[in-house]
Formats: sequence, C-alpha cells, structure tokens
Amino acid sequence: MLLEVRDLQVEFHTRDGVAKAVNGVNYSVDAGETLAVLGESGSGKSVTAQAIMGILDIPPGKITGGEILFQGEDLLKMKEDERRKVRGAGMAMIFQDALSSLNPVLSVGDQLGEMFVVHRGMSRKDARAKAVELMDRVRIPAAAERVRQYPHQFSGGMRQRIMIAMALALEPALIIADEPTTALDVTVQAQVMDLLAELQREYNMGLILITHDLGVVADVADRIAVMYAGRIVETAPVHDIYKAPAHPYTRGLLDSIPRLDHKGLELYAIKGLPPNLMDIPPGCAFHPRCPMAQDVCRTDVPPLYEVSETRGSACHFWRECLDG
Amino acid sequence: MAEPILEVSGLVKHYPLTRGILFKKQVGAVKAVDGVDLVLHQGETLGIVGESGCGKSTVAKMLVNLERPTAGTIRFKGEDITRLSGRALKAVRRNIQMVFQDPYTSLNPRMTVGDIIGEPFDIHPEVAPKGDRRRRVQELLDVVGLNPEYINRYPHQFSGGQRQRIGIARGLALRPEVIVADEPVSALDVSVQAQVINLLESLQKDFDLSYVFIAHDLSIVRHISDRVGVMYLGRIVEIGSDAQIYDHPTHPYTQALLSAVPVPDPEAREERERIILAGDVPSPTNVPSGCRFRTRCWKAKERCALEVPELAVPEAFRGAQGPAVHDSACHFAEERQVVPPEETGNGPG
Repeated sequence: MLLEVRDLQVEFHTRDGVAKAVNGVNYSVDAGETLAVLGESGSGKSVTAQAIMGILDIPPGKITGGEILFQGEDLLKMKEDERRKVRGAGMAMIFQDALSSLNPVLSVGDQLGEMFVVHRGMSRKDARAKAVELMDRVRIPAAAERVRQYPHQFSGGMRQRIMIAMALALEPALIIADEPTTALDVTVQAQVMDLLAELQREYNMGLILITHDLGVVADVADRIAVMYAGRIVETAPVHDIYKAPAHPYTRGLLDSIPRLDHKGLELYAIKGLPPNLMDIPPGCAFHPRCPMAQDVCRTDVPPLYEVSETRGSACHFWRECLDG
Repeated sequence: MAEPILEVSGLVKHYPLTRGILFKKQVGAVKAVDGVDLVLHQGETLGIVGESGCGKSTVAKMLVNLERPTAGTIRFKGEDITRLSGRALKAVRRNIQMVFQDPYTSLNPRMTVGDIIGEPFDIHPEVAPKGDRRRRVQELLDVVGLNPEYINRYPHQFSGGQRQRIGIARGLALRPEVIVADEPVSALDVSVQAQVINLLESLQKDFDLSYVFIAHDLSIVRHISDRVGVMYLGRIVEIGSDAQIYDHPTHPYTQALLSAVPVPDPEAREERERIILAGDVPSPTNVPSGCRFRTRCWKAKERCALEVPELAVPEAFRGAQGPAVHDSACHFAEERQVVPPEETGNGPG
C-alpha cells in the first residue's frame, strides 16, 4: 500500500471553542489508483489532505491521534527536515486556485525550476531546461518562449497545467489534487482532467482527488470515500456506489442531482444543514438530517460496517439503505 | 405560447479601452455583449448557459438596468425601457428584480435581515405603507422558508443557503413580475442547492413569476428551464426548448459544452464520446472575424472566417420537421447526440 491513513484525528482550537474537523478517518491508496474523497464544505476532506502533506497550520490545528503511513513509514513520527524531503519528491499537491498558489512576481520557469534547484541541486540553467520540458509535457504551447512569462499572462486552464507540471516535477509516487478543476469552465475542466488522468497512468502514480462534484468522480475515480462531519461514512468501488449507495447521505447526494425523468418534479433535497463542527450531534452525526433515523442513531456512533470485502458503510441500517 | 414579457433585440455592451490620462483616446473595446436577441414569455423560465467571460452576467445587469446598453433595446411588456430615466425607470425597476450569485457579499453585514428585505420599501413606499412593513417582511421570511422571528438577526448568523433565501426574499419584496437570477446556487453546497432550486420553482408557481436563470451548471439549468440559450463570446449561438438544446444540439459549441460535462454515472465512462476543444476562449477585445467560435471549431472552413452566421434555423434544416429544427448560429449545423439518452427508472432513487 502506497499510503494508509489510520484513525486520523484533527482539531482546531479557536477562540469560540474546539472544532473537531477530522474524527477518525481511515483510507488508503495504491500506486496507479485514483481515490476520490467526496464531501461538502466542512466535511474534513481538505484538512485530511493537509495533514497528509504536512501543511496543516499548527496551531490552531492539532493532530490529536492516528497514523499516516507513506510507503510504510509513519509521517507523523518524522522530523520536519525528513518530512520536507517527502514533500515534493514523494508526494505533491495540486490546489484549487492556481492564481493564488503561484507566486505572481516570479516567472513560471523560475517557479518550476526551483523544485530542481532545491531538491536536486541543479544549476539554474539546467533547471530552466527541465522547466521547459515539463511545460511541454503538460502541453503548454510554445513552452520555450512562455517559460519566461509570469502567472498573470496565462489563462486559468494554463495556470492549472503549470500547477500540475510543478506537482509532477520530481515524479512523486502520490498526488493529492484538491478540487483541481472547480475554478475552471467545463470545456477547460475536461482538458485538465484528461491530462491528469493520462499523466497518472504514465507514471503509475496514486491519486487522491478531493471534490464535491459527483460527475467528476464518476468520470475518473476507481474508489470513493464519502466524508461527513470529519468521518468517512461510506467507501466503495465507484461502480457500486452509483448503483446502490449503502449510506443515506450518499443516497441523498445522488438523489439531489437533477435527472431527466424528474423534470418538472421537485428535486430531492437533504433537509437541514451540515453540522457545526464545534457541536457535532451525538450518535450518528447525520441523524438530524436522515430520513431513516431511529433511536439507536441518536445515541450510538455507527462503526464502518463491512458491507462486502471492498465496501464499508457507517450506517446502522446499511442493509435497508442498500435495498432502497 | 404566453405573451412575451421581456423582448431583447440587438443588445450590445462594449466597454471602451482608453489610453492616456489627459487626452484619453479609445484604443479598442471589450465586447462583452455583442448582439443578443431573446424573448422571455410570461411565466416561463429562460436558462442562459455559457462559460466565464461569455457575457451572460452583463446581459443580466442590463436586464435589470444596472448597466446601460451601448446599443439595442429591451422591451418590458412592449414598452422600450432601455433609455428610461427618473420616475419612469424607477417604476419599471420595481417589476424586474435580481437575485445575486454570492450570498456572502450581496447582503450588507451591518444591516439586520428585516432592514435588508425591507429596504426596497424605502425606495418604493407605495408598495407597503410604513406601519405595515414589519409584517410584510415577516411574511416574506415565511414565504422563503425562514423563521419570521429571525427578523432582527444579522446575515452572519445564517448559513449560505439561508442567506440565499434572504436574497430571494429581497428580490420578491416589490412583487416583481420578472426575476433575473445570476448563478443563484453556484456558491452553495450540493445538498443545499436542491433546496434553493425547489424554493425558486414553488415561488414561480405561487407568484406567477417569469425567470431568467443564468448558470454554468448545465444539469441544473435543464431542470429548471423551459427554454435554454447558449452564449459564447458575447452572442447567443443556439437557443431552443430544453429538449431541443440538450437532446438535439446542432451548434458545435453546444455539442462540445454538453459532452464535456461530467455525467454522474460511471457506467457511461466508456460509452461517452467527448469532444475536447482545443485552446481557450479568445479575448473579447479581439473577437475573431466571421463566426466567433471558428478558432476552436473542428468544422471551421473558409466561409466561417468571412461570414457571420446569423441566429436562425440553419439552411440545412429549413422546411424540415422535428426537434433539431431550432435557431442555431452555424453555417454547418448538424444534429449530433452527445448526451447518452438516460434510461428511466434505473440508478438510485
């Protein structure tokens, strides 16, 4: 296993109290595999990713438990200078907003080349040549000329390609992409996702794709982990989950997508609001919004029940949910 | 079909680009909207889709008179409202209201919800006499599904979905006939989007509203719209009923746009044919000659660079029957199914 997250717990200490952002997350990714982490804002999907990358703001954030095994080693026990070597060379991250993730006063060539200067000890000239090569690889036209340009001179889609080039620079084993196409238009989104999938195959990388878009997930993922209030509520191979979800939250999300044969009818809507992380409901965190909730849901936190060898659901009534 | 309530013809908005400080001279223009014609009928929802920079939000602003068109006319119930001012403009504005995209920045954080929703009454006091306002605001809160007792709360005490309800209540306050909604759900979480869409649909029935619904999410637009217009670089390239546009698109841009939308069904992954467009949208300061889509179009021929295709039923379809016969601005329009026909009754739900 390339990456294994075990029982990860993260809190944020703020003036108003303690926000429990991640409450015991388990997931794993293999080389060449795409895991989609699906969730709404506040579900803990990005915080988990930041903890894996080691870029969580501490304080106010605090990792209160768990392990993150990367190629067999626990990242949380590493010293910061060891961790730094893993970041970039072992795993890399692609962020949602390329414009604010790139330095506006450095040319894209300098920013791409920096990876090679810092991690590989290359000369500036060699690093520049490497930068051009990378830009070619992510199919930026006229790379040799554009390498001198600054981020504002590129379009949104091109900037996201530069982010991908930067993540790929040191050929990491794992890429974490946090909403990589959310800020892009659909036609450009398709270009960027295609590129990412192709490069992943070429390098046999593990990919964690963090998103809220059920369409993007269906297009590229092998497996899905659905998060709610800092926990994984369902995990399954992608085909299974769309056919028959085993958790009422997943079912609600799928049902609220507008479908052709529902035209003119009311859309299914999950009632209520996502929970406040400072005050997560007892028992199953989803119970106040769940149409299937019973007394046991208000008191007992559901474990991740084994639905099949490859599937898990954190719902006391997953059998009923599967049957629809 | 019902009476037209809004008729837009030849609508243009150019923002001048100038050089020099003392002696300004115009060196070009951003052609945000460059000749848009459309009709909104009483009680219908017209969806407008397009990518960022296509001019859809500028059209919205001109419809509610927040921007003055460079050329063209907007008629409300037959009356030209494009060049109105003063009292006449104020009277028309009452009837065309807007719901904005971002519920976080479109509500004043220092005003209570009651003041926000009641503010339209200050400008149009004839709608609600002073003593009656509090009750009217509470009614509006109730209509959009918020607790009327929240009248003295501030926007930060509400979630995103609740704030969008406040924005909708403000839009409804003057009992308008037309609501222009610019990306009203794109800032909301998936589970909350459906709630707001349902609210908009039920309000339309209850108050006999006509909607112009602008969004980039094609599946939501299809759900809510009776007719859909597709915009590209300042013009409408194809317009028709939702089934005509989604199931029988004839313009290559519409086909590419539809095929690029990820379908929430992993089984469709292999079957789907995707049209991946090359390159980016050209800058609106430097619009290609002829057909403005030709620089990214796989069908472009010499004719496309010379002749601007008009928005009408294409030559190839004249005299024909069926859903492929609708307005499409392409010299080489042909039908192509890009969205796999959805089977009814399978999948979750």
